[in-house]
Amino acid sequence: MLNLSNFSLTDLVKGIKKKDFTSLEITKTFVNNSENSTKLNTYITKCFDEAIIYAKNFDKKKDYKGLLPGIPIAVKDLFCTKNVKTTAGSKILHNFVPTYESTVTKKLWSEGAFLLGKLNCDEFAMGSSNETSFFGNVTNPFGDKLVPGGSSGGSASALASSLTPVTVGTDTGGSIRQPASFTGTVGLKPTYGRCSRWGIVAFASSLDQAGPMTKTVEDCSLLLQAIAGYDPKDSTSVDIKVDNYNSNLTDKVKDLKIGIPKEYRVENMPSEIDELWKKGMDYLKDAGAIIKNISLPHTMYALPAYYIVAPAEASSNLARYDGVKYGHRSKGSNLIEMYENTRSEGFGDEVKRRILIGTYVLSSGYYDAYYLKAQKVRQLIKNDFDKAFKDVDAILTPSTPSAAFKMGDKKDDPVSMYLNDVFTVPVNLAGLPAISVPSGYDKNKLPLGLQLIGKPFDEQTILNLSLAIQKRANFKRNIKVWWK
Amino acid sequence: MSEKKFDYFIQGKKAKWEVIIGLEVHAQVLSKSKLFSSSPTKFGAEPNTQVSLVDCAFPGMLPVINQFCIEQSVKTGLGLKAKINLNSIFDRKNYFYADLPQGYQISQYKNPIVGEGEVILDMPYGTKKVRIERLHLEQDAGKSIHDIDPDNTFVDLNRSGVALMEIVSKPDLRSPNEVNAYVKKLRAIMRYLGTCDGNMQEGSLRADVNVSVRKLGEKELGTRCEIKNVNSIKFMQMAIEYEAKRQVELLEDNKQIDQETRLFDTKKNTTRSMRSKEDAHDYRYFPDPDLLPLNLEQSLIDKLKKELPELPDEKKERFIKQHHLSAYEANILVSEKEISDYYEEVIKNCDKKLATNWITGDLFAVLNKKNLSISKSPVSAKNLSTLIKMISLGKISGRIAKEVFEIMQLNDEDPETIVESKGLKQQSDPKELEKIILEILSKNKDKVEQYKSGKEKLFGFFVGQVMKISEGKANPQLVNTILKSKLK
Repeated sequence: MLNLSNFSLTDLVKGIKKKDFTSLEITKTFVNNSENSTKLNTYITKCFDEAIIYAKNFDKKKDYKGLLPGIPIAVKDLFCTKNVKTTAGSKILHNFVPTYESTVTKKLWSEGAFLLGKLNCDEFAMGSSNETSFFGNVTNPFGDKLVPGGSSGGSASALASSLTPVTVGTDTGGSIRQPASFTGTVGLKPTYGRCSRWGIVAFASSLDQAGPMTKTVEDCSLLLQAIAGYDPKDSTSVDIKVDNYNSNLTDKVKDLKIGIPKEYRVENMPSEIDELWKKGMDYLKDAGAIIKNISLPHTMYALPAYYIVAPAEASSNLARYDGVKYGHRSKGSNLIEMYENTRSEGFGDEVKRRILIGTYVLSSGYYDAYYLKAQKVRQLIKNDFDKAFKDVDAILTPSTPSAAFKMGDKKDDPVSMYLNDVFTVPVNLAGLPAISVPSGYDKNKLPLGLQLIGKPFDEQTILNLSLAIQKRANFKRNIKVWWK
Repeated sequence: MSEKKFDYFIQGKKAKWEVIIGLEVHAQVLSKSKLFSSSPTKFGAEPNTQVSLVDCAFPGMLPVINQFCIEQSVKTGLGLKAKINLNSIFDRKNYFYADLPQGYQISQYKNPIVGEGEVILDMPYGTKKVRIERLHLEQDAGKSIHDIDPDNTFVDLNRSGVALMEIVSKPDLRSPNEVNAYVKKLRAIMRYLGTCDGNMQEGSLRADVNVSVRKLGEKELGTRCEIKNVNSIKFMQMAIEYEAKRQVELLEDNKQIDQETRLFDTKKNTTRSMRSKEDAHDYRYFPDPDLLPLNLEQSLIDKLKKELPELPDEKKERFIKQHHLSAYEANILVSEKEISDYYEEVIKNCDKKLATNWITGDLFAVLNKKNLSISKSPVSAKNLSTLIKMISLGKISGRIAKEVFEIMQLNDEDPETIVESKGLKQQSDPKELEKIILEILSKNKDKVEQYKSGKEKLFGFFVGQVMKISEGKANPQLVNTILKSKLK
């Protein structure tokens, strides 16, 4: 039997259509890999038995109409899945079983895929290292005690270690791109409004977006095509035609203008990041693109603005977890006490920290100084990008200021943890699409990613540019399976 | 009409005080489904049977604005002659309560859908303009039920997410009577528009009442107290009376009024403190990121304006002009759309003046007695119209008409049938009447003499005798004419 572990989604779909192998064979491969992955701690909920049954049924019917026929997929545990526990990595939802299916996962299933399991993540997607999950740390397959990034850390780790052929994550300030960069995988955050947020446990509504996480750019285009689209149930989703990203995918990027923002050269950035960035420019030049220096002058204000806007929205979004209707409930002698006990016990430290920050910045007397000002900054950042995109077709930056770090390294220093998002956050504030594509290694042979930022709803261009980089960078995920 | 003067003041020990009142009326939007979900809004359903995943705030659920509710509030705004804001914003008002599943109420804070408008009141001392500050849309909360179980509170989320219009007046009201007139007028406007059923028993219309007092002649407003969630006009009036007196007593004792939220105790007829300003919630309002700013097209507003029905003020003007009613009569007839419809149906076929008297007199008495609204009137407009026409044509006398009406209100029978079957038709044959009159005159020769010698009062006696013999059916005008000629 072929080892299907390292097959790309594209090859799996091709193979299944050509009847080179069956859905059951694929499923068994990934179930087997997953069952031997306890040390990575990527799964919160395993649906292996159901997946095997589904695969068997698929093989009987052999319906190849969808984009993802017979493909098992594990997803971030932030997507509500019907009759399957959905925890958001939190104790407060440790027992929550939705009666409904998120739009994004529903789209996956309607393309022929089925659920393999629910993947670990930072609690309510708040974190950059997957160290805030109630269900424990996730380990990066690139090394024991190494974080996979966050918040879609379980997804990135599972993907890189071939526990799932592809996965979907969510990205509020970098939660897809940063873990993709840390695990040598491809992760794309679509334009705000491109994918429906309906049925995704909310962190910060104006920033959250679901997106594909894959091993290759080709897979990324295919998966994006499956999950993108307008949803009348999400008022912020946008009714714009979904391109055929996969069949339009090309590495012919000649004459495309690529902006290099000088403000992304941050202090104390490891030289290898700078070198990677230069290599990225060379790859694109080699592909015929034109490199242009640009300025995004308000970049330095993006991180502080983000850490006001996101906690503000989160403090309100998480108010519904009060022990009254579902999820964890603690005892209390009266309503207030029940609330206090439920939320003290149900939420972890990072979530509490952000609820406190968010509550503070919205308080009367502080609203103007913090929340309102942050919204103004957000507009300025948007304007920066709008202006830049008059001259360039896409923007190239590093995805992260460093490679994956050790567990515990930044756990007690929230600010240094937050700095991890410095290159990804401005994109969420501006609502733009961006992708992280694996492009090289640091001195410890840990993967590094480059980020391409696109114009609104122009996911195609950044996918094409990523393909051009992928072909030239010749990145190999050399992972020794050490966790079995 | 303007002979009467406004005279509602609180007479304290030291001074005369003026009462300043502003109202925040919460009117439930008449709509089949809720403001941000498709759950039904029917009143009185079993607890928690009209609740969607959105209404009980399950993870990942998102609000989607109900366009119909938007149009309903625009219509209401137009009915209040108010400015419609083309751009408005939904905000989150954050607070924890068991019957508030999201942990926040979606409301409109800085940018409401409707801006300044006005409501005109007809008071015995003339018309009075009450300025409207704003109208905004918001979600209702659910209901906490504390009296089913001694240890637990139960929550019914049927109301959770139902659309409310909060209509905020300026502090322009000066007496409980003005509040009464204002709420009734507001209710009438919304019922004319079909934007709120105004049913106070079912909680479709409630108000927070802001009360302050100041010495007569002073210009500055005093410190106000807000009496929360009063659900009948009577209670509003009682609460204001109590609260104004309480404030006057405090101030005359040189004590301060604390700006606070109070509750009206309907059993004791008093208000009591609910929370002080210091304990006031910090609601942490901010724009709801799940909803885009609400942008309205001018064309939609123009269209709704065109479709607007005739409203009480315009109808009143028309009734005065077209039907020659007094302002007082017109006011009564337009106070409810159904009454004005009934009136216009009745007068299609009969005398307008008589119709006004019959409706505001006999019909209203019956409705009051039976506690019915005019839409449930036991006498149909068509039958009342026939009855009045019969009077005008002299087929029956006014007295007989009352008798017939008494029968009509039992099962809405056609008055012609009643008159026919009971033999109540007016005696209008001059020969027959002459016969009766001559007989009476010959039996009362002494009285005829007295009459002729100047005791003209006796004319009434003769009429009475005719009526008695004819069992009230004699045509009074004819009786008058014949009697006069015979007594010459």
